[in-house]
Amino acid sequence: MPISPMPGLMAAMTEDLSHLPLVIGAGPAGLAAAETFVNAGIRPVVMDEAQRPGGQGTRRLSPRMQPLRERLFGAASAAAMAEREAREDTILAACDFRPGVIAWGAIGDEIALMVDGRLGSVRRGNVVVATGAMDRIFPVPGWTLPGVYALGGAQVALKRDASGIGRQVVFAGSSPLLYLAAVQYLRAGCGVAAVLDTTPFASKMRAVPGMLAGSARTLLDGARLILELRRARVPVEMGVTLEEIVGDERVAAIAYRDAGGAARQLHCDAVGLGFGLRSEAQLAELLGADFRYDAAFRQWFPITDSDGRAGPRLWLAGDGAQIGGAAAAACAGKLAALSVLAEIGGPVSSSAIERLRRRLVRWQRFQRAMTEAFATPIDSASRLPDSTVLCRCERVSFGEVRQAIAATQGPIEVNRVKAITRCGMGRCQGRLCNAALAELTAQATGQDLERVGRLRAQAPIRPIPASAALAQDAGSR
Amino acid sequence: MSGVGLFEPVVEGTEDLSIRFDGRPLPASRGETLIAVIMRHAPALGRSEFDGKPRAGFCLMGACQDCTVWTADGRRLRACMSEVEDGLDVRSRSPLADLADAGPDGGDD
Repeated sequence: MPISPMPGLMAAMTEDLSHLPLVIGAGPAGLAAAETFVNAGIRPVVMDEAQRPGGQGTRRLSPRMQPLRERLFGAASAAAMAEREAREDTILAACDFRPGVIAWGAIGDEIALMVDGRLGSVRRGNVVVATGAMDRIFPVPGWTLPGVYALGGAQVALKRDASGIGRQVVFAGSSPLLYLAAVQYLRAGCGVAAVLDTTPFASKMRAVPGMLAGSARTLLDGARLILELRRARVPVEMGVTLEEIVGDERVAAIAYRDAGGAARQLHCDAVGLGFGLRSEAQLAELLGADFRYDAAFRQWFPITDSDGRAGPRLWLAGDGAQIGGAAAAACAGKLAALSVLAEIGGPVSSSAIERLRRRLVRWQRFQRAMTEAFATPIDSASRLPDSTVLCRCERVSFGEVRQAIAATQGPIEVNRVKAITRCGMGRCQGRLCNAALAELTAQATGQDLERVGRLRAQAPIRPIPASAALAQDAGSR
Repeated sequence: MSGVGLFEPVVEGTEDLSIRFDGRPLPASRGETLIAVIMRHAPALGRSEFDGKPRAGFCLMGACQDCTVWTADGRRLRACMSEVEDGLDVRSRSPLADLADAGPDGGDD
């Protein structure tokens, strides 16, 4: 059982929610779970850290962006999206929906929360954790410069803040989302300087059969994005090696090698950087989930059964359990909720469950093929210069970690490297550096990635300001 | 490169509110996040306390904490997860760090 380093911060008063299903996360998986509960005549509690439902990849446009809806997504998709959002609103109206709630820890059956800067806690019964994913990041020299944002962040800026992250934006890394984000920027009228994809065209062709078996339509949609960029004369380069994001106080250019190995430099003022997705599984871990290594994704996922069950009264769904995208997340959310309903004796159709399981497997197969098409640039662990920042919170460099590993006796795994170097100990709790730290540790010690392990989650999984605890004390006096 | 801000708006806002960032008044629109307002007008949100290099946020979804700013009373805000309020007054450095730099005699403001 994980022990909170700050047990005094657990709230004195705990709200008892043990008689209701609790859904944490209102993205595609959480909303599908909520819908399933509502359809069964149950009013679940649904929490999300954001003020608005929708999650990250399927994030809703802010009111200010609504006039651009059709231009951004096309008329048909925009209409389907509006319909889906209206349905989600109807579902949430039938739930006890609590936006703006950060779940930052768990001890036993209690989940620690922060709401409006104040601490609280709930006692859980059956819980569906649908905490989603964020960008998986690999450092590039210069990636701490202002103007470099996570790829998903670049989409958030557009959809929520009605802003581009710059005026000449490069989308760089290895992810199908590079093309999606670039097209969305283009359609919104932002300057797109280039798409620099570190994976070669050949690896995408190799993955086509697998993707076709999963979803031909999604594959076609992806090809259309590339075509649209080419028509707009946006340079699209595959098989590049990212060398450096150049700039003094902000981004001025990106230096890379093209597929032929020639050194290039491209003028730009912003970079959206992403290398696929990583599961946000820290809350699941604190709630007791165990983990398995997935060699295709080169990351660890919580262990669940086919319906998302990960432990006693604990279900996981969506990208937070297994990277699969929004469609897989919706299947998984429904399956998890049906599994909860079966547990509490509700009427559940076994043929519906079978159908959902088959659909989920198909979407996950597609995602697996996609992951092979957009592989991790694992050579960067050995290639990047010592001066490259690895942990941006604590500003630990590749060189410092290499030295620490070289100077350490005995078995080496990532938590040990973290303890020695502070890499992964900062405010982001290793969310940004963990993938590169693991790759570097594996490369520097000559071990398989699986052997170097994974950073363990520790509460608080989001920083809890001391002022929240003080406000708590003042309030209880 | 036009303007000093990093972000480029694609839809003009109403700019019916005003906030202060390091004492400088900035026009803002209702419903905007703090980071959108500040990055439209400024080249950075602050500096890293470790190497003094400028920082301007990174994940924009509340995970990385790179966009931290402080209120006058020392409250820490994630600029990417905080909506603007009229009259909100934030700074790029913790008031505590200002005090520490000023030494035992206290700050100059």
